[in-house]
Amino acid sequence: MTNPSIGRSIPRKEGREKVTGRARYVDDMTLPGMLFGATVRSPIARGRLRGIRFGEGLPWNELTTVTAKDIPGKNSIVLLEDDQPCLAAELVNHAEEAVVLLAHRDKYLIEEARRAVQLEIERLPAIFSIDDSLACKEIIWRADNVFKSLRVDKGDVDAALAEAEFVVEGEYETGAQEQLYIEPQGMIAEANGRDGVTVWGSLQCPYYVHKALAALFALPAEKIRVVQMETGGGFGGKEEYPSMIAAHAALLAWKSGRPVKMIYDRAEDMAATTKRHPSRTRHRTGVTRDGKIVAMDIDFTLDGGAYMTLSPVVLSRGTIHAAGPYDCANVRIRSRAVATNFPPHGAFRGFGAPQSVFALERHLDQVAKVVGLAPDELRRRNFVREGQTLAVGQVVHEKIDMNELMERAFELSGYRAKRERLARENPGSTIKRGIGFASFLHGAGFTGSGEDYLASVAEVEATSEGKIRVCAASTEMGQGTNTIFSQIAADALGLECSSVEVVQPDTAHVPNSGPTVASRTCMIVGKLVESAALGVKQSLLQNGFLREEDGHDAFAGACRLYIEKFGPLRASSRYSPSPEIHWDDAHYRGDAYGAYGWGVYVAEVSVDTLTGETRVEDFVAAQEVGRVINPVLAAGQIEGGVAQGVGFALYENVVWRDGRMINNQMTNYIMPTSMDVPPIRVYFEELPYARGPAGAKGIGELPLDGTAPAIINAVENATGIVVRRVPLTPEILLDALDAAREKVHA
Amino acid sequence: MPRAKRSMPEKVSVQCRVNGHDATLLDFPMARLLDALREQLSLTGIKEGCGEGECGACSIEMDGRLVNSCLVPVAQAEGATIRTIEGVADGEQLHEVQQAIITHGGAQCGICTPGMILAAVNLLEHNGRPTEAEVRVALAGNLCRCTGYTKIFESVLAAVTVAEARD
Ligand code: FES
Ligand code: FES
Repeated sequence: MTNPSIGRSIPRKEGREKVTGRARYVDDMTLPGMLFGATVRSPIARGRLRGIRFGEGLPWNELTTVTAKDIPGKNSIVLLEDDQPCLAAELVNHAEEAVVLLAHRDKYLIEEARRAVQLEIERLPAIFSIDDSLACKEIIWRADNVFKSLRVDKGDVDAALAEAEFVVEGEYETGAQEQLYIEPQGMIAEANGRDGVTVWGSLQCPYYVHKALAALFALPAEKIRVVQMETGGGFGGKEEYPSMIAAHAALLAWKSGRPVKMIYDRAEDMAATTKRHPSRTRHRTGVTRDGKIVAMDIDFTLDGGAYMTLSPVVLSRGTIHAAGPYDCANVRIRSRAVATNFPPHGAFRGFGAPQSVFALERHLDQVAKVVGLAPDELRRRNFVREGQTLAVGQVVHEKIDMNELMERAFELSGYRAKRERLARENPGSTIKRGIGFASFLHGAGFTGSGEDYLASVAEVEATSEGKIRVCAASTEMGQGTNTIFSQIAADALGLECSSVEVVQPDTAHVPNSGPTVASRTCMIVGKLVESAALGVKQSLLQNGFLREEDGHDAFAGACRLYIEKFGPLRASSRYSPSPEIHWDDAHYRGDAYGAYGWGVYVAEVSVDTLTGETRVEDFVAAQEVGRVINPVLAAGQIEGGVAQGVGFALYENVVWRDGRMINNQMTNYIMPTSMDVPPIRVYFEELPYARGPAGAKGIGELPLDGTAPAIINAVENATGIVVRRVPLTPEILLDALDAAREKVHA
Repeated sequence: MPRAKRSMPEKVSVQCRVNGHDATLLDFPMARLLDALREQLSLTGIKEGCGEGECGACSIEMDGRLVNSCLVPVAQAEGATIRTIEGVADGEQLHEVQQAIITHGGAQCGICTPGMILAAVNLLEHNGRPTEAEVRVALAGNLCRCTGYTKIFESVLAAVTVAEARD
């Protein structure tokens, strides 16, 4: 028996390629005769397209130009709906919407040509706020501007609020956030009537792109091929938008008959692609005298931008997470995602939950003040326990003890002692220090019956040398898919991790294991990989080529004999609905997720009251995520997520003017640098989850939920300022500090 | 009004030493060194993250100094000695920083990694025993969106220990 690899920090599979510069990203690939593509976009948020003028002085006959009328199939980027055009034809609904595509072999010329195309657009009134959208100031999407609305009902909220000793209200907002993967988006396409369409690109979800291209070109599935290149970060940003770039590159390739490369520069990427949905949450919370929460009335709204994209799904996750890991008998959540004339907002790590969790965890600190309890005591009295139910009525079957997790986080951070000491030391200093925390949960996998509909498949193949190939559409984008799949397959077969290769996702060769999103890759697809690997072993056992008691050295020989006799040795595994998981989509009740990750994050901050600058000085991230497959990779997921959360809380401010992002550069959209991240201490509590591979659950999104509220709770602890919106930039904090001083003087 | 005819300057030939070999680049004087190295010498380990000197993905060493190759005009490379990520390992023997990045999880998506490694290697050549604070300062021009930097610091400090044990 070889040493099991699960639980060990096996080095990243593709690490050597990455540290030597040999890893191949899309921009590193060149095809003979390749042209460069560019996109002409609307500068106006809403209007009617009246004409397109190609300026003088450019060799237009040498350029390939594509407009909506060149689309062979349906002019839409099909996802949940088909409302989003690939190229605007008559109406423009957001700034940066693509109207004309250009290609030429000279990339300097193409840039000049892009600027020489003039769009004649008759301006129409646009809406840029949730309130204007809800008030239907303009109708910009179907009948009422609402992409989706949801309602969760548990118990009798109105009666409970009427009886509660305290009712605490509050409103909270979060801003847009750019994913800011360091590799901008890009695609290369080849397309012609004979072979169909092939794209290579930076992407998370090969089969999303596949589906969109098939509809756009009206081609059968087998004529579309999508290949994922090494991907330089995604974080949700490469979930839906790659379908758009793939479509654009493929249309240019189709018309020109040449391969076309389309790589966004940073400014275009930031301005045109999706961002985290801005949100507004209103809370009304009823609490008894002794701090028991008896009613939660929550109203949650997301700004979805101009087209639906994934807004309903983001809304769903945000809604389900809005009531947190608390036991409360009466909960009402009303939520909706609405249309505005911003570029569509989309998937970003956490997917709606960071927004609603921020509101809840900020709000509970306000509730604690009103009730006269310490923030941790309020949580302690309300944490959900095994056997109790979450807002959607899901009974918690996990053995989680949030009090214990909180104590662990407090121990590691020295929370109590620091809270006392900082309160003593702050008076008289212009630098105020504070410590705060947030407690939360995060569901892994698709919501409700989502995994049943996806019905994902993974395949494992053994070669005659006894090597294992894992085939899945789940992509590596830095989070460790290649490595954990190798570990899972290796352990299932009793082999060394080095015997396993994870095949490059290519829709021509790998089955559809679903999108690489929702913290589902390890827990859901990893489990399929495990079952498929066991299937391979089963074939060998059944046919007598291998015996249970054989060591790993017998494996290769057994594979060879099998393949000589029967041909290829493969097994696949399809997701099968669990009989214990019930979800009622109509009433939004039931088992929303197969399992949850649970977290308590503690942040210590210092606030310079003269400059308004907040620094995170120390951070503890304690979580329960089931069995940890690879400790170094898992900790890396948490640390990276915390850093993004620091940005979400303090730095990352998208500045809009007339619906356009105007700080679309790394010089003025600020993400955390090596100087800005605190020491991050990561602690894993491990309660094996029966349906996950070797007991693992999901992990990727969790850290985005708790970081921002922990930081802002610490800011309040430091300064006494009640901050209800992120990002909390120095300007905003200075204004608040000034206002507080004036109040004291008045 | 008719547009002025596009006037392009002449391409120039630039001689330099890249990763220990003599190289000639033929490009417009103001073309970016980043593109010339990637396209003419196939040194695609150099990455472009922003094109404006903010992210450090395009970091290379020029005459011993760390520079952002997206900001360097090709003409400036005349006579320069250049090192890119492709020149950091000694054949198949990885540099300690490269090895440590693999062992300690300092690379996730890997797009910042070439630039990050050059920044770290450059630091260690000037300061063989940096503190964590010095590592932070030295890497401040190299953005990483994946790791939260923690494991990159660990990797660099671990590389120092390995290098010391070896020397
Ligand atoms: S690409 Fe040169 S610094 Fe970002
Ligand atoms: S590893 Fe992805 S940006 Fe650094």
